[in-house]
Amino acid sequence: MTRTAPPVAEETRTRRRVGRYHAGPGIGTYVVLVIALLLSIFPFYWMFVVASNGTDAINRIPPEIMPGPNFLDNVSKVFERVAMDRAMLNSAIVATVVASFQTFLAALAGFAFAKLRFRGRNVLFVFVVATMMVPLQLGVVPLFMITKELGLVNNLLAVILPGLVGAFGVFWMRQHIAGAVPDEVIQAARVDGASSFRTFRSVVFPMVRPAAAILWLLTFLGAWNDFFWPLIVLGKPESFTAQVALRQIQNTAYVTDFGVDMAGTVIVTLPLLILALVVGRQLIKGIMEGAVKG
Amino acid sequence: MATTSTPGGAAPRTSLWGRLDERIGGYAYIAPFFIVFGLFGLIPILFTAWVSLHQWGALSDPTFVSFDNYARLLADPRFWNAAFNTLSIWVISTVPQLILALFLAHVLNETLLRGKGIFRMAMLVPNITSVLAVGIVFSSIFGRDYGLMNFLLESLGLNRVDWQASQPSSHVAISTMVMWRWTGYNTLILLAAMQAIPRDLYEVAAMDGAGRLRQFFTVTVPQLRNTIIFVTIVSTIGGMQIFTEPLVFGGTQQAITGGAARQYQTLALFLYEQGFRNFQFGYASTIAWVLFIVILGFSVVNLLLTRRIARD
Repeated sequence: MTRTAPPVAEETRTRRRVGRYHAGPGIGTYVVLVIALLLSIFPFYWMFVVASNGTDAINRIPPEIMPGPNFLDNVSKVFERVAMDRAMLNSAIVATVVASFQTFLAALAGFAFAKLRFRGRNVLFVFVVATMMVPLQLGVVPLFMITKELGLVNNLLAVILPGLVGAFGVFWMRQHIAGAVPDEVIQAARVDGASSFRTFRSVVFPMVRPAAAILWLLTFLGAWNDFFWPLIVLGKPESFTAQVALRQIQNTAYVTDFGVDMAGTVIVTLPLLILALVVGRQLIKGIMEGAVKG
Repeated sequence: MATTSTPGGAAPRTSLWGRLDERIGGYAYIAPFFIVFGLFGLIPILFTAWVSLHQWGALSDPTFVSFDNYARLLADPRFWNAAFNTLSIWVISTVPQLILALFLAHVLNETLLRGKGIFRMAMLVPNITSVLAVGIVFSSIFGRDYGLMNFLLESLGLNRVDWQASQPSSHVAISTMVMWRWTGYNTLILLAAMQAIPRDLYEVAAMDGAGRLRQFFTVTVPQLRNTIIFVTIVSTIGGMQIFTEPLVFGGTQQAITGGAARQYQTLALFLYEQGFRNFQFGYASTIAWVLFIVILGFSVVNLLLTRRIARD
């Protein structure tokens, strides 16, 4: 009896303290978070307010803060200035191709780095990781020359080719394959006489499909939003991506018309917002996992 | 391969083939990365150093000029102006952003928080928006005559600001765009790292009588050191190359010079101006290479710092 008494007391004391730590968050916490939420959302709301009113409706004091009736009007002005449908299609092509190739090639390389033994494997992997720290964007001048030499200026291939591989993807897939696929599974496949590619295709890849899906999404977003290089290399309207077209809307105006600019912004942003609603949870998971694994 | 009809040779053949397959396969599977990366990543970057040693226009052939471009760059007030602007915007956007992200992550880390999913989504959404879209929206908010920000300032009895006109005000406006897009993202990363901190560290601290605030500074922040350094590296690499925000902020007339007096022209904009407006490929490459070395320097210092901290 005397032996059991102190631990019980100890336990309740701990629990009480820990319990206080676990006590639900106070009202202040929610106030902070709601303010953060409003600040996050407000620019989207404002985007739509301006896009659905004319410039004159916002150019007054106090400014209009409710959505107006002119959204479709402004959208048609967008299409008068630039072929937004073509640009959206171009972006969809670029982002889909880039995301698919990057994910596939990253999974393949990640598999090799995680599960195959070959000379120089570790050194090469360290090299891949190190390239993540290199600001490759700064090679634009020679990249432009190379692209010109290949005859790919104003061609979507100019933005697709450099995006086919990514160091982050290789790193991401290697970490996931190393963590999720036991060596025994690989060995069993080998004993069954499966080639390494067969092992990858029918054993390894299915096991890391969720991680690959997240990588695909992150890469898709990155490619969709890419601007610096496309702006340099895509100068003809037929080759515009959505971002370059959006910039073009501003450039073709003699006087800034925020109503039209914002209508274009809404068009370009809406697909991403829908994507975020559908797969936001996975994206959040991906970003948070990437942080811990990094 | 499955049709190994050689009698008795199946087992050894599989293992020999297996070993070969593993070795050749290993190289074959990583080869696409190295080929594409080499062609469109590494070669352009290295070639930049070579181009920077030449006088190279759009129509003229390259002439070797040794380090003339570098001497010219270091004597060019536009370069120092752009370097100052880049650093200033980077500091104004990164420091408050990190503090805010740390604070928000701490708040989001509450165990019994309701509506976690919604609040986390709110952190994500700005980041999936394109920089260009962010730039357009905030350029309207920071407009001189009818901008929302000035309306707000006037409602509070303050003076309106011509945001584009001066260095400090334009840097604040541009930094706001960066902060809006990245604070939530960094919050999620810091939150992930916070969740990896062992619970018992807090319990020990709580038993020592440390309140929530003390726990934050004595447990959370030290445990997050590596993540904070990681986030800083990423924001440095991005911040040094900032391009789109100042470009859009300049509207259409003064976009590439970053304002009439270059008051918000960053290094990336200066590079773009020299390379793709003036077609001075040599000079533009010099800017790129200097910037490249600076960023690499930052990264290496950060890396060494992380290593040392990890070893401690």
